[in-house]
Amino acid sequence: MPMPRTGAQIIWECLVHEGVNTVFGYPGGAILPAYDAMLDYPVRHVLVRHEQGATHMADGYARAGGGVGVAIATSGPGATNLVTGIATAQMDSVPIVCITGQVPSHLIGYDAFQETDITGITLPITKHSYLVTRVQDIMPAMKEAFHLAKAGRPGPVLVDITKDAQQKSIEWDWDPTPVKLRAYRPKLAGGKSELAKAVDLIRTCRKPVILAGQGVLQSGAMAEVRTFAERINAPVALTLLGLGAFPASHPLSIGMMGMHGEAWVNHAIQEADLLLAFGMRFDDRVTGNLKTYAINAKKIHIDIDPSEINKNVHADAAIVADLRDALKDLLDAVEPKEHGGWLKYIGSMKGDSAVRDIQQLPDNGHLYAPHVINDIWRITGGKAIVATDVGQHQMWEAQYYHHEAPRTLITSGGLGTMGFGLPAAIGAKMARPDEEVWAIVGDGGFQMTQAELSTAAQEGIKVNVAVINNGYLGMVRQWQEFFYERRYAATPLRSPDFVKIADAHGLLGFRVEKRSDVEDVVRRAREADGTVLIDFRVEQEDSVYPMVPAGADLHAMIRRPQPSVLVESAADPM
Amino acid sequence: MHHTLVALVEDKPGVLNRVASLFRRRAFNIESLTVGRTADAGISRMTIVIDSDQTSAERVIAYLHKLVNVLQMEDLGGVPAVARDLALVKVAVAGHDRAHLLRVVDETRAHIVDSGDQTMTLEITGEPPHVDSVIARLEPLGIIEMVRTGQVAMRRGDTALNTAQYA
Repeated sequence: MPMPRTGAQIIWECLVHEGVNTVFGYPGGAILPAYDAMLDYPVRHVLVRHEQGATHMADGYARAGGGVGVAIATSGPGATNLVTGIATAQMDSVPIVCITGQVPSHLIGYDAFQETDITGITLPITKHSYLVTRVQDIMPAMKEAFHLAKAGRPGPVLVDITKDAQQKSIEWDWDPTPVKLRAYRPKLAGGKSELAKAVDLIRTCRKPVILAGQGVLQSGAMAEVRTFAERINAPVALTLLGLGAFPASHPLSIGMMGMHGEAWVNHAIQEADLLLAFGMRFDDRVTGNLKTYAINAKKIHIDIDPSEINKNVHADAAIVADLRDALKDLLDAVEPKEHGGWLKYIGSMKGDSAVRDIQQLPDNGHLYAPHVINDIWRITGGKAIVATDVGQHQMWEAQYYHHEAPRTLITSGGLGTMGFGLPAAIGAKMARPDEEVWAIVGDGGFQMTQAELSTAAQEGIKVNVAVINNGYLGMVRQWQEFFYERRYAATPLRSPDFVKIADAHGLLGFRVEKRSDVEDVVRRAREADGTVLIDFRVEQEDSVYPMVPAGADLHAMIRRPQPSVLVESAADPM
Repeated sequence: MHHTLVALVEDKPGVLNRVASLFRRRAFNIESLTVGRTADAGISRMTIVIDSDQTSAERVIAYLHKLVNVLQMEDLGGVPAVARDLALVKVAVAGHDRAHLLRVVDETRAHIVDSGDQTMTLEITGEPPHVDSVIARLEPLGIIEMVRTGQVAMRRGDTALNTAQYA
């Protein structure tokens, strides 16, 4: 039944109808009517310390929980502070809805206090956006925003609502009819001829590799990918955002591909005669030099976004579809196969890497980041949700935390946003409060959004924060070591005492400097109530291996020196 | 290679900006872009000419399709189509043979739409290459001012981009 409602109330009515029970935000003048109305609705509001944190939390919330994350900010600087988080969500196809207040409609265009053209600013980094100036347009915009955030390839949508639209009242009732747009109807059926081509390629291949990306998670096609891989007995390589889409412990899982992927995975891709790309986009961090990328392989590309087909790599068979549907069709048409020799060959390449693995290094008194992350993996049974920042620790996490389940790695892949880890972990914990959540961050990125520790403390949220502290902006330092003659421009980093930072927030903090202390402290952190911070003082100048230099051939990897060399250099007093 | 694309778009604020922004962000060059009304209120039609190969043109179409306000796309690259461009050209009449100018006007099917003491304004309509060639003949006479609308185009025959289905 229609009731008098203000625009502010309609915003919350819509959020509740969309199933939202948690939002992340920061109040201000132009969004005040919405904040006032919020108190009357059953929605938990998490007060962030900077609006960037709100978008990252909404992002972590969406990635971990599979729903839509919501961030709220005021006009002007509140809105512009969302930009990095929106771009992060756009690059990684994460469904978030950002609601911003805007100056009253009669002031738009007059450079009013805290006026900014946020729909203009975010135009290239949103999937779509709305500027709402009339109260009656709020519900359609909100409904479409939630629809678009999830539809087809997900992404961020921004709804900018003027203050007067929030304040005005109308007779209002929820319209339950589903959104039907005149345009944007993603094509969700694989063409028959492309499917037949794919089936042919699968039947005749001898050296296949499945490349599984985040599309597997977003489509919910984990079971289908597994059945398919087992059916044709093909190894599964994962992109960074695909980690967790296929269990790391599965015999057909060969690990991560790309710039810091496993050496045997990159070699397998280069030697393959068929690549089956499932919900991944052949990003430059995955392919290296396109001219030499898997030149002997035919490519089957399944993606929901037609603009990804033939963008970076030519597809011999292209299926534009929801991956789960496409795989069901393929499974109906594909006969079981054996690729024992090929799998054995790939396995044989692992020996060389095992010798170089830093895990093989005897304890020389130094603490290495891979030890820390491997121990966290072991102690948490590989079951924690881990949010990372960006840099060396992120790649070591990908290599040494072996994800078994979908939506357990929350990381900024496409945009590579430092400062993402802590707020994303808080968002993930809000989405899945019963799960153990870790933020594994570097000393650099952590300090970009460190203020959100205060948010975790105020909200009484428990996340375990592992700061991989090497005193450098590590990944940039590594590039300087490899490509800039060790000229460490602006990478040495002096940090505050992180244990005292934790203490100042009323949180428990630990410092770990020895490998033998890792296990005990990780256990104590897990058992403690509330957010815990651990400052891991790790080897300062260790590097992530293997590494494909940017733009180089995928098989041309810089490998970790043999352990004997490492032992010597580690024994060197300085 | 020139590609002529037609887009049916919703007539809403900011739609032209979204389309133009897409070309800028993806680093495609627009040769010309025209926007105008269709037979149905609320739906505009864009004709976009880009200089690109076939693969890039397909990418542009795929990207445009992702814009929420784009209703339908058509690539006129490989199909018979009518294309028209219109130019207004102000040429100098002083200092040379007026009869010569009138002969050029006559031979090129240009129309005189205005004339002053010093100049004459011509309208030239036709396929873009025709407009190019007329302008080339006028150049030696001294072009004072010129404007072109950019190309509009439509598929030949009975096949039509139906806007009524969106109205």
